[in-house]
Amino acid sequence: MFDIAASLAKIIILTHTTLILAMYMPWVERKVSAWIQDRVGPNRVGYAGLLQPIADTFKFIFKEDVVPGHVNKTLFVLAPCFAVIPSLFILAVIPFGPAVQVMGQSVDLVIADLGVGILFVFAFSGLAVYGIVFAGWASNSKYPMLGGVRASAQMISYEICLGLSVVGIFMGAESLRMLDIVQQQIDGSWNIFTQPLGFLIFAIAAFAETNRLPFDLPEAETELVAGYHTEYSSIKFTMFFAGEYAAMFVFAALVTVLFLGGWDLPFMDSASFAAMGNWGALLGFAVFLVKSFMFLLLYVWVRFTLPRFRFDQLMNLGWKVLLPLALVNILITGFLNLP
Amino acid sequence: MAKVVERRKLNFWEELYLPAIVDGLGRTFRQMFKPEITLQYPEQRPVIADDYRGAPGLVKDEEGREKCVSCQLCEYICPPKAIVIEPGEVSEETSYDYSGIEKAPQEFYIDMLRCIYCGYCEEICPEQAIFMTGEYELNASTRQELVFDKARLYKLGGTRPGLLKKWKHKDDGLAAEEH
Repeated sequence: MFDIAASLAKIIILTHTTLILAMYMPWVERKVSAWIQDRVGPNRVGYAGLLQPIADTFKFIFKEDVVPGHVNKTLFVLAPCFAVIPSLFILAVIPFGPAVQVMGQSVDLVIADLGVGILFVFAFSGLAVYGIVFAGWASNSKYPMLGGVRASAQMISYEICLGLSVVGIFMGAESLRMLDIVQQQIDGSWNIFTQPLGFLIFAIAAFAETNRLPFDLPEAETELVAGYHTEYSSIKFTMFFAGEYAAMFVFAALVTVLFLGGWDLPFMDSASFAAMGNWGALLGFAVFLVKSFMFLLLYVWVRFTLPRFRFDQLMNLGWKVLLPLALVNILITGFLNLP
Repeated sequence: MAKVVERRKLNFWEELYLPAIVDGLGRTFRQMFKPEITLQYPEQRPVIADDYRGAPGLVKDEEGREKCVSCQLCEYICPPKAIVIEPGEVSEETSYDYSGIEKAPQEFYIDMLRCIYCGYCEEICPEQAIFMTGEYELNASTRQELVFDKARLYKLGGTRPGLLKKWKHKDDGLAAEEH
């Protein structure tokens, strides 16, 4: 009973945090892009436009949901679900704070403490491509089709780099369990310092996996209208939208856990978090969120700095640069960790 | 002959692109703290130049007389045919001591949806009676509302002091001849 209640509480906290962040991320993005371009950004709805996401959500919900006559109905409806669900599943294995003491029991702040945590992440981020491919195929029109094809090629290529870039971390932590990886970083140094190359490759691959600029080829608006979601409207489009931002947050959280030490602060160790009791857990959660948010800001910052890659450049970067680099990184880590 | 552009061989750091990307990120970062140049439109208004070509309006002189003598030159020159004038005689009560004037517009319509703001009407007007105003916010819920009648056009143009008053001078001349 207690376990179920604890799991439910964790699920509610983490999914709501993610969804609210996914809702407010477009606002952050619009504001930051406005500052970069010497504009003001949303400032009409509420103070500093803070109610804009709510207004947008209502707009999306009440728009007419058009299903064109030429689509494959089953896949067309299924695709938006596939765009959202994998990202939310990945959340299950991300630890988001130090253990909490509830009714004399210690509860780890991770929904599912899997021994193969990181493999679970890759399994589900691999599923995310189906949302886009289904959308591209089911729409039965040329731009979504092109977007879908691009997405599949891009995401499959970068998944390999993504997977190989974190091998160095397992070699250091000697575990695939997320909590062990965080603990190893709290005890030692953050992986971004011990694995800088791994971090760089992971960050680049994360941009490609979430279809963010400079790798937003599946939805490149200047080339493909809107790519895979051209034919979507109303709540189905919102699901793609939310899925993209949820995926961004999930990858930011993954970077935090894998490379930025999770909820670790440089001047604190596990004991000092434990000494603060549940306030320590709250502080840890806040630190985790701030770190993730920093990476989310990096997404936005990069988006308004770099132009989009050409498709051959994207493939060259993935297969000819990042893949060999990731392999070299594993070799170097192996040699450095020789007993 | 095609001109061959020699491509400089990139050195290691340039080929890596990372320094360039970091440089670019620095530039956008600095840009974030520069003041915004956006005009908050409904509250802040742009400065309208004196010769701004907004909606055309009819003007009155400082004595409150309408200057238009309904010669219909503007109606004739108007490229999109936005102007329609119903000419008529000067009525008793508006009859001026400017003895030379015989005509005045009974009605004067400008369809602001047709107007292209070319300013030909202002240029051709022999009486300096029609001017392009600084008005640029033309909106309505029906097309008919944007066909401005004489009253609205005079409201738009207002009065302009210091304009040519050739009928007054002619009047003076006539008076001098009579004496």
